[in-house]
Amino acid sequence: MKSSLIKSTVIFLGLFFLYFPILVLIFYSFNENKRVMVWKGFSLRWYNELFNNEQIIEAFIISIKIAALSATFATILGVMIGYSLVRIRKIPFKSFYIFLSSTPLVLPELILGLSMLLFFISLNNVIGFPSSRGQLTIFISHVTFCIAFVAIIIQARLTDFNKNIEEAAMDLGYNYTKVLYKITLPIILPSIIAGWLLAFTISLDDLVVASFTTGPGANTLPIVVFSKVRLGLSPEVNALSAILMFALIIIGLFYFYFNKKFKH
Amino acid sequence: MKNKLFEKYFVFSPYFWLVLFFFIPLAIIFKISISVSEWGMPPYQDIFLFDNGFKINTTFENYVYIFSDYYYIGSFVNSLILALISTFFCLLIGFPLAFYIATSNIRLRNILLVLVVIPFWSSFLLRVYAWKIILQNNGILNVILLNLGITSEPLQLLYNQYAVIMGIVYTYLPLMILPLYGYLNKFDLNLIEASKDLGLNRIKTFFKVILPLSVPGIVAGSLLVFIPVVGEFIIPEMLGGSDRLYYGKILWEEFFVNRNWPGASALAFSGIIILVLPIVIFQILYSRWSEKNEI
Repeated sequence: MKSSLIKSTVIFLGLFFLYFPILVLIFYSFNENKRVMVWKGFSLRWYNELFNNEQIIEAFIISIKIAALSATFATILGVMIGYSLVRIRKIPFKSFYIFLSSTPLVLPELILGLSMLLFFISLNNVIGFPSSRGQLTIFISHVTFCIAFVAIIIQARLTDFNKNIEEAAMDLGYNYTKVLYKITLPIILPSIIAGWLLAFTISLDDLVVASFTTGPGANTLPIVVFSKVRLGLSPEVNALSAILMFALIIIGLFYFYFNKKFKH
Repeated sequence: MKNKLFEKYFVFSPYFWLVLFFFIPLAIIFKISISVSEWGMPPYQDIFLFDNGFKINTTFENYVYIFSDYYYIGSFVNSLILALISTFFCLLIGFPLAFYIATSNIRLRNILLVLVVIPFWSSFLLRVYAWKIILQNNGILNVILLNLGITSEPLQLLYNQYAVIMGIVYTYLPLMILPLYGYLNKFDLNLIEASKDLGLNRIKTFFKVILPLSVPGIVAGSLLVFIPVVGEFIIPEMLGGSDRLYYGKILWEEFFVNRNWPGASALAFSGIIILVLPIVIFQILYSRWSEKNEI
């Protein structure tokens, strides 16, 4: 009895700690007052202003575009890595391959961002491309560090699953490619979707790498938000937070739905 | 024959991408870190000179410059201490939470796990911003403290190292809980009962049974928190003050404000060597060790 009381208290306090700041943010987004901290009354004023703020809307569209594209590329390449690591025996310089596909997970974003920026500048000096940085360079950087996250999900999924199904299909006359497209990929599809959702969210949320590799016409949403709240508070950002948190949490739930499937 | 071609395609497409866009950029950081700096654009000299015959033009001055200046070393140390403290608090909060979730019944367990991780999906930047609102002088925490009579005037909670630690513990907590839960979930709860039956009290059971079995989870969770926190830039920038300088801020300013590219590259490359390399080596050794001991 006593221990179950401790248990519920710990869990309750933990969840309270995790959700309290999010609730505070949502609460203040309905504040009429321009001064964020002084409560004046319930209002949807800042939501209205948010939807009329062209800078934020434009940044939002750019971010979604970059996130969708980089998640798609990162998923394709990540699936290839996950598959290679589990199913293909002969990989030249395999430990180098593992190094390349796992280090982006642990490397601080700041170092990654700096290295990408210096790479693009050097590349431009050598071959004259990319002449300026922008959406393309952010896209390339995001693909690079999202690959590792997808690869790890796919690798875990493939390690788990029963190879006999693939072998049975081969015995029945399917060739290698057909097994992949008709058997393997459909079975791991939920994990592929989960990987895409994770990559999408990471790209959408990234500030540091995007700040390094951005250029004219490529202010992503986190860059705009950061410039607004670095030194103070912004009622429009409060409204944006409430919407974005809600949307991202839904994406997170989908991720769990798809990723849970593979456990069974 | 066809299989081979297909395998090659699968192995080499990501290989090519990562060498080009990950490995070469790292090599370029190293190259610029050993270049001689000069005024101009780009602000460094080439490392290979061909004007009077071939000459290699490198220097370790940038490293000497960094490691002989307390401004840089001090911020490095500040970041390591910050990461250590934050990791400790994440563990302190995360361990009981992970343990009690792992010992809940299976339906509740899945719900709780999703509840713990879901905040991690909402925007990182906005979760840090939320603490900015909470810790304001007229923010919710100060209002509570004033009303409870704990303090008579609003405390300056924001823009100091404690706010930074708070923000980090909050945002990185799920990264600690997940691997902890992963390992705690695996072990047999009957062991706890058995140890109680054998006469060990709660505290002894914790130190002799639960803790040793969760070491791999603790290591994995701590690494997931520790490494990114050392390079953390956003949280100190939003919640921190001028009382402490951290590695991320120094690196950022060296590049964008001082325009010292070789210096910034040397800082970045030192970061990789000091931080990432030992951990990669440690992980390789650790996975071998645990394979041997079948954990």
